[in-house]
Amino acid sequence: MFSGFMMSAWIVASIVAVVAGVVGFFVVVRGSAFAAHALPQSAFTGAAAASLIGISAVYGMGAFALASALGIAWLGKRGRHDVVTALILVMLLGLGELFLSYSVEYAQAIYSLLFGEVLGVSTNEILPTALLAVAAILAVAVMYRPLMLTSILPEVGESRGVRAYRMEVLFLVILALATTASVPVVGALLMFSLMVGPPAASRCFTDNPPIAIALSVALALLTVWASLAIAYERNLPVGFLVGTISAAIYIVGRVWAAWRQRRVGRRRPLGARVDSDLVGAAGT
Amino acid sequence: MGPAEAHRDVVALDGIGVWLSGREILHEVSFSIRPGQFTGLIGSNGAGKTTILRVILGLQEPTTGQVLIDGKPRLRRNRSVGYVPQKVVIDPDLPLRARDVVGLGLDGYRFGLPMPSLPRRRRIDEMLEAVDAMGFADSRMGNLSGGEQQRVLIAHALIGQPELLLLDEPLANLDIASGHEIVELLRRIAAEHHVAVLLSAHDMNPLLPVMDRVVYVAAGRAASGTVDEVVRSEVLAELYGHPVAVLRVEGRILVVAGSHADTEVLGSAPHSVERT
Amino acid sequence: MIDLAANIVFEPGFFSNSPVQSALVAGGAVALMAGVVGVFTVVRGQSFAGHSFADMDTTGGSAAFLLGIGALWGFLAVSVAAAAAMELLGVERRRGRDVTTGVVLGAALGLAALFLYWDTTASSTTGAATTILFGSLFTISPSTVPAIVGFSVAALAAVLVLYRPLLFSSLSADMARARGVPVRLVSAVFMFLMALAVALSAITVGAILSTALLIGPAATALRLTKRPGAAMWAAAGIGLVGVWLGILFAYDSSAWPGHHGWPVSFSVVAVIFVFYLAADLLTSVRAKWDRLRQDRLAKGE
Repeated sequence: MFSGFMMSAWIVASIVAVVAGVVGFFVVVRGSAFAAHALPQSAFTGAAAASLIGISAVYGMGAFALASALGIAWLGKRGRHDVVTALILVMLLGLGELFLSYSVEYAQAIYSLLFGEVLGVSTNEILPTALLAVAAILAVAVMYRPLMLTSILPEVGESRGVRAYRMEVLFLVILALATTASVPVVGALLMFSLMVGPPAASRCFTDNPPIAIALSVALALLTVWASLAIAYERNLPVGFLVGTISAAIYIVGRVWAAWRQRRVGRRRPLGARVDSDLVGAAGT
Repeated sequence: MGPAEAHRDVVALDGIGVWLSGREILHEVSFSIRPGQFTGLIGSNGAGKTTILRVILGLQEPTTGQVLIDGKPRLRRNRSVGYVPQKVVIDPDLPLRARDVVGLGLDGYRFGLPMPSLPRRRRIDEMLEAVDAMGFADSRMGNLSGGEQQRVLIAHALIGQPELLLLDEPLANLDIASGHEIVELLRRIAAEHHVAVLLSAHDMNPLLPVMDRVVYVAAGRAASGTVDEVVRSEVLAELYGHPVAVLRVEGRILVVAGSHADTEVLGSAPHSVERT
Repeated sequence: MIDLAANIVFEPGFFSNSPVQSALVAGGAVALMAGVVGVFTVVRGQSFAGHSFADMDTTGGSAAFLLGIGALWGFLAVSVAAAAAMELLGVERRRGRDVTTGVVLGAALGLAALFLYWDTTASSTTGAATTILFGSLFTISPSTVPAIVGFSVAALAAVLVLYRPLLFSSLSADMARARGVPVRLVSAVFMFLMALAVALSAITVGAILSTALLIGPAATALRLTKRPGAAMWAAAGIGLVGVWLGILFAYDSSAWPGHHGWPVSFSVVAVIFVFYLAADLLTSVRAKWDRLRQDRLAKGE
């Protein structure tokens, strides 16, 4: 399982898991579920366009993901998205179909772009993936504090000079980088699972942000490693395993959180005046 | 107030006018806040209070006039004003504790990762103590009640050592008793940390014991001064543009503005501004 | 003269071509129905649910293919089951909806990956993925056309019968309840109708693109008019014209020099999208015009 070509698969998959865990944390914090769906789908079209022109898929994916990131930010500023952006997305997918229809390996290409094809990863894909991943992670590290501030208290951030719109653009660009790295591995349709499942699960286990990120990465790695191992042993598609294992981890997390809550006691309802701390401390 | 003294003002608004979507929201609003002053920004909803706050925070560009913070024109990144928004929506699923929110107030606008250190933790603990929030410092922000969240937000704003603490309708979602607690807390903080306070409200009565000055806003116009100077029929009538009656009943102030068809009453009961 | 013009627009053999005929009939019926159901979907803000059905249909279609049943029945079965599940679980709450449903859908898509993989290894045909995901109006077997038309007509009839209660409960649940409309029941029924619409759209343009038929014409119609009744008519019409034009372009394109022909699903989606852009452009120009006039009037005071 660890010989030759599988080694490349392990390395690339691990890199993707790390970046998914880190960037995914913010996807969940910011509630960017829509972007997390939209960017991989446009990457699909980008890869299809690239294969049509005959250049490496990475450039196509990167270009389309980046363009979509900026597009979503701009459309978001203008107001409600849902319907318009859903339409644009579907159009992009249709274009992807068009581009791929020109290629010989039509069906196979569709499958691997949508559901991932990590076992076919070659060594010369390690470097671009690693570069994209490192760029995304570095950007998150540098922007961690303002990103947290604008995600949680956007208006306060604005008053401190952290402009919400710029941060949104920056974040979407980071997501585009992460997408371009991840889509060849887990596929356009399943990237969401890897990027949202582990972080969403991790916050069921801890209240502490940095620990939540670390746990998110750990769970993503667990998902990816388990998927690769089982895929290899049982001859199953990796995409299927990533989708189901992420879901399983998320469910475990929610069950744990629900159980913990019942043990600790009911949450205090919002607006309740009851504050044992204050009663004693008042007037000091 | 001469020019030399003006430089000591924490905030000074001079002839602020704001036009939005073809409507004049604010007209020639001028007032200033001195260090340590506790000022109430009073007016009914839609009078222009929020716009004034936004102008001070730099979230709204004034069409005319200028804002001076510490005697200098307002910069984008301004540390002198600590902002406590009215309401924040924080998902209970968010892995973020109260102390993390306060920590963001310390350095949330700087790049990089927060480096945990003892001094940092101690600063955060101090602030949490100051707002009586140590009891839930490690709880998830999203799980806290509205009042608890508000105290955390005050600590968040305070930890940056601002010269002015600006609160947007802090009493709006609280019952009377909680409202008194917050007002008392703010008074204490203002005194202990030497920080000026500006808070907006539509009922000035809970603030009467602690307000040094009031800025009364109506129909986009404002009058500032002490309560006795400002809350008078003549002064308010000029703001409203029609007759105003000021009634003092059992230590409470009621402002009744308008003619028979359209009457507005401020201060009749918490949270209610009746229009008949 | 007319012959010449007709020949330019319609490549020879268009109307006599059997797959084209099936496509026009089936596609037309579905377009009408999806347009009408789509208007309510958009008004009720349930586009997300439509998207969910589409993803699950992918799983259902792949499973059906594996079992040797026609894709249509896979789509229908899964759609209906999903609708039932969503109604029972009450997936209307905003919070948690994005993450939970997204992850669950991810698992469903993972299953689809598995089924499609087995499809390609079990049978020697490689077309499973393409047929399920992107569909093809031209490869619908003539024997399924009656079923497709039948379901579409039934769904349309249901919408017409339920028009008033559906309209009231979509615009304001409280107002509807006050008038005695069984809001919960109507919501459940509508969920099934949406599931049906998505399944039928999936068989025409593929599961992945099915939301275009559901939301595209409806969104276009709602840009042009705010009145639900008019919007329904407009959406049905736009959908119909869109699908037919798409079929026409796809057929013609195979005769163009140098082209190997556009996939019909892409063709249909492209036409619908262009219609939307046109409507959007029209309304923004009109809105800007109105605003300029208003500003001029205001300044004149």
